[in-house]
Amino acid sequence: MRRRRRGATLLAHVLLAAATLVVVFPMLYAVQVSTLEFQDVFVFPPKLLPGTAFADNLRRAWEKVHLGRLLANSAGIAVVVALGKIVLSVMAAFALTYFRDFPGKTLLFVAILATHMLPLPVRIVPTFQLMNDFGWVNSYRALTVPFFASATGTLLFRQFFLTIPPALSEAARVDGAGPLRFLVRILLPLSLNNLAALFLVEFLYMWNEYLWPLIVTTSDEMRVVQIGIKMLVATDAQAEWNLIMAGVVAAMVPPLLVLLALQRSFVRSIALGQEK
Amino acid sequence: MEGRFPGRALPYALLLPSIAVIAVFLFVPAIEALRLSLFEVAPFTGRGTFVGLANFRELVGSGIYRHSLSVTLLFAVGVVALGLAGSLAVAVLASLRLPGVGVYRTVLLWPYALSPAVAGTIWALLFDPSTGPMTVLLRAVTGLSPNWMMDGTYALGVTVVAAAWKMLGFNIVFFLAGLQAVPQELQEAARVDGAGGVRVFWRITFPILSPVTFFLFVMNSLYAFFEVFGLIDVMTQGGPGGATDILVYRLYQDAFISARWGIASAQSILLFAMVGVLMLIQFRLAGRRVVYA
Repeated sequence: MRRRRRGATLLAHVLLAAATLVVVFPMLYAVQVSTLEFQDVFVFPPKLLPGTAFADNLRRAWEKVHLGRLLANSAGIAVVVALGKIVLSVMAAFALTYFRDFPGKTLLFVAILATHMLPLPVRIVPTFQLMNDFGWVNSYRALTVPFFASATGTLLFRQFFLTIPPALSEAARVDGAGPLRFLVRILLPLSLNNLAALFLVEFLYMWNEYLWPLIVTTSDEMRVVQIGIKMLVATDAQAEWNLIMAGVVAAMVPPLLVLLALQRSFVRSIALGQEK
Repeated sequence: MEGRFPGRALPYALLLPSIAVIAVFLFVPAIEALRLSLFEVAPFTGRGTFVGLANFRELVGSGIYRHSLSVTLLFAVGVVALGLAGSLAVAVLASLRLPGVGVYRTVLLWPYALSPAVAGTIWALLFDPSTGPMTVLLRAVTGLSPNWMMDGTYALGVTVVAAAWKMLGFNIVFFLAGLQAVPQELQEAARVDGAGGVRVFWRITFPILSPVTFFLFVMNSLYAFFEVFGLIDVMTQGGPGGATDILVYRLYQDAFISARWGIASAQSILLFAMVGVLMLIQFRLAGRRVVYA
């Protein structure tokens, strides 16, 4: 019996290792190719050991599509949008949970949730037209402000606030603390896990956004790194995969670092959501 | 009313920024899209002639649009089926209490960090028609060496694989959380009663997991319909011969390449109807509300 158990554990380990390898292999291979010289990409059988050309490939990709500027743009808009969404959704969720009922409360909550039904393609022409009318084409405003509201965030914080015992705010109220003081001093410090999880989700969302930057930016200085990948792919007849993959590595390392830093909070907040 | 603050103006003030952003950038444009869908519009001036439902009639009668719709449905079915089945299988393995399993769980989330465009670029490399590892593997196994840049069916398959792969991390983490919330006693009781592992999974674990599965079904469908523009743009631009011409790519072409804003807005309205159906499915089928919706 015990031997069978151990065999099963070993089998599970092998299967899991194989599955994990299949899942991450594309990323590893991208890194691998980014280190090769151009002529080594197309040899058969494929080279499986890293080469030494990564720095050179990255430098050339960098110069070809102004990768530095694109990365800075992506990082800037991803951070600003993530923070903007957090601030606005915390405010909205706080208003929806910690005040005596006010006229229109349900309607406003439903309005925020209804944004789930309006992804960009559903309103793409008029939203672009709006950017034109505002004179926002090729501006950071166009890449950030329209994204500031978050149904996901509002829902997440509202659910979380509802799990906090009312005695806490009651005590704060009796002690004479105003609502904003209670929010900043007591509620936010309790929400760190959710704040981190939402930051991760929204940072990744904005870093990876493609369609909107494609239509509201036209100048090289305002492009983002996702478009830069396309520019690298599209430049030549014969794809210079080593160069393209250097760009891909540059585009995937920052979000991976953010994921690694905040993964724990993200997983924990999903686990809490499941228990309700 | 224990624990609630008095205050009349403050809650409105706190909601104002969210409502303002939503109204200006989401609601008003959505209503404008509905209006534009009834017009033949000259680009940029926004001036147009009222044409009633002519744009919708044109879409319904258009072979290109109908083809795009069936491509999208095929694509979505492929992405959802492959994505959910693959991630559930991996999540079941990763939910076992093995020594060192935490490392696997960490690594398995990584594809979540990547964009559809990056995923598409990497898979275009893996399927490179001359020496991509997947091409080499396929040639070794099947003896065939099709070129997905020329073969439409194959191209659709390759984009489905790339798009499904990108969602694996997200799906696995939700399936894992769901699997870990399944009461152990229940499974053990079934074991004691003599049920085998496979039987326990399908009879007990899988039904308990269904809210997560429904949630992921909707999220992956929305993803397949709306979020893969970058992947298609990088990999195939809708080709070859329209084989991967999904609805969002068609919409982009009509709106920003052909500048036919009326017909593009009519497409937006049809997409909105599809979102509505998906949301309805979610509310009907999912008993529990899950965050990150």
